[in-house]
Amino acid sequence: MTALPTTTQKKLGLVIDLDTCVGCHACVTACKGWNTQNYGAPLSDQDPYGAASGTFLNRIHSFQSQPEPVNDVPQLAQTTHFPKSCLHCEDAPCVTVCPTGASYKRAEDGIVLVNEDACMGCGLCAWACPYGAREVDQVAGVMKKCTLCVDRIYNENIEEEERVPACVRTCPAGARHFGDLADPDSDVSRLVAERGGMDLMPEQGTKPVNQYLPPRPRDTIQAPMAGEEDILAPFLAPVAEEPAGFMGWLDRALEKL
Amino acid sequence: MNPAPSVIIFSTLSGAGFGLLFFLGLGLPTVTGFIAFGFYLIAYLLAVGGLLASVFHLKNKKNAWKSYSQWRTSWLSREGWFAVSALLLMAIYAGLQVFLDTTVATIGFLGAALSLCTVFSTGMIYAQLKTIPRWNQPATPAFFVTASLAGGALLSNNPTLANILLILLGIVVGFHWWKGDSRFAEAGSTIGTATQLSGKVSLWEKPHTGENYLTHEMVYQVARKHAVKLRIIAIVLMTVVPVLLVLIFGAHHLPVLLAVVSHLIGLFAQRWLFFAEAEHVVGLYYGAHTAKQAT
Repeated sequence: MTALPTTTQKKLGLVIDLDTCVGCHACVTACKGWNTQNYGAPLSDQDPYGAASGTFLNRIHSFQSQPEPVNDVPQLAQTTHFPKSCLHCEDAPCVTVCPTGASYKRAEDGIVLVNEDACMGCGLCAWACPYGAREVDQVAGVMKKCTLCVDRIYNENIEEEERVPACVRTCPAGARHFGDLADPDSDVSRLVAERGGMDLMPEQGTKPVNQYLPPRPRDTIQAPMAGEEDILAPFLAPVAEEPAGFMGWLDRALEKL
Repeated sequence: MNPAPSVIIFSTLSGAGFGLLFFLGLGLPTVTGFIAFGFYLIAYLLAVGGLLASVFHLKNKKNAWKSYSQWRTSWLSREGWFAVSALLLMAIYAGLQVFLDTTVATIGFLGAALSLCTVFSTGMIYAQLKTIPRWNQPATPAFFVTASLAGGALLSNNPTLANILLILLGIVVGFHWWKGDSRFAEAGSTIGTATQLSGKVSLWEKPHTGENYLTHEMVYQVARKHAVKLRIIAIVLMTVVPVLLVLIFGAHHLPVLLAVVSHLIGLFAQRWLFFAEAEHVVGLYYGAHTAKQAT
């Protein structure tokens, strides 16, 4: 049954640091690579060498924001790169709408998965997701979504440091963190507590497990310039008019000769 | 939302078909023999034809039979159960009327109730989605049921009932449009809640230069300048023309046929708008719905 488990023993998920993400799309590529070559139907491209198309389980959006002035001092506008994949919600609306039982949330670790052998490709779960985390693969005709690399994190055939999702493993900026968010002492839970982790679209009532860390505020702006300033003048001024120290003594001594 | 023709055809035709089954099940009219055969042929062609059309939008049709497994949680699964049990029960009721001249009212009432439950479930598939605020309102199942009843009343040749239900349908659809226009702001999702970034937020760059499944399916943008025109066309063809035809000509075959055709074309327009005007909150991540957000 596609009923949600009342509780899960673990809440495995990601913590994504919007302050650190540089928007390089390495996680997008690593995700597509791993999930095309491993578990389930491959993530197809419709026109691989032409216009951008195809199935992705992780996409990076970029936003610009103009923070409100603080004490009438205008704040610098910011660019934020925003990776977005399945948030493995506690109250996942995509699971309960599924008519075939293909979608489910695991009671042991909270991962939301699709059993592709039971999916009929109706797409209703993609409609139910507010985050755009699910896409029907246009070739396989089944629903694809982030598996939290369930075939890596428990995989004893790969090195221990590899047993994290492909996106986390590859991130060169260290902006992606994987762990158990049900355990208050885990690294990810401490990170969330320290930096103020945020739920995306809390008004949708999905209770996402994945957390986003806000970008830190940027430097403040200096006072506006009037247009008369010579900004190079301080750098062009002579450093020392009179020699000082040993050179000064030598200079004076030689003068007296 | 992308208005898929298969889903629009399904919900319109099968709605009318189940509406006709509802009135036949109630004994309005009680028909037997050859006339009953004609009525049930139309009802089953509409209801089953519509259901078949809905199968066309499945990307993996071989697993469609599994959709009967999740009736405890899924409205789509419930719709399947109600549809099959209504069609089977009404087939027994129809068979007795056509071949044995016998009317078993109990089976008819039960079949009528199941027919109505089918249409209600169709409405709930859309109304349950919090992600599409325009659909997430009680008027959604209300207009699905009213449309089905109005179409059924026309097809079963109940002129007075048809006119009352057609006018009621016009009111419910009008309310759905009026309420729907403010639902996105009421739901409170904005680009700010979606990104949790502070200040004035706008999309700087999409994840991809091209379209993807999500933008094609859920960030479909209708040319809004036509929306008002289509609403007028829908209400005129769906309600005004059939009501006038029935009032002027009464329950004669040709005017009623014209009324049914006009009603269904109007309903197609209403259903097309139902999808095309619906704003999915995922559009916020693609910089859409800027005018609809709460401020």
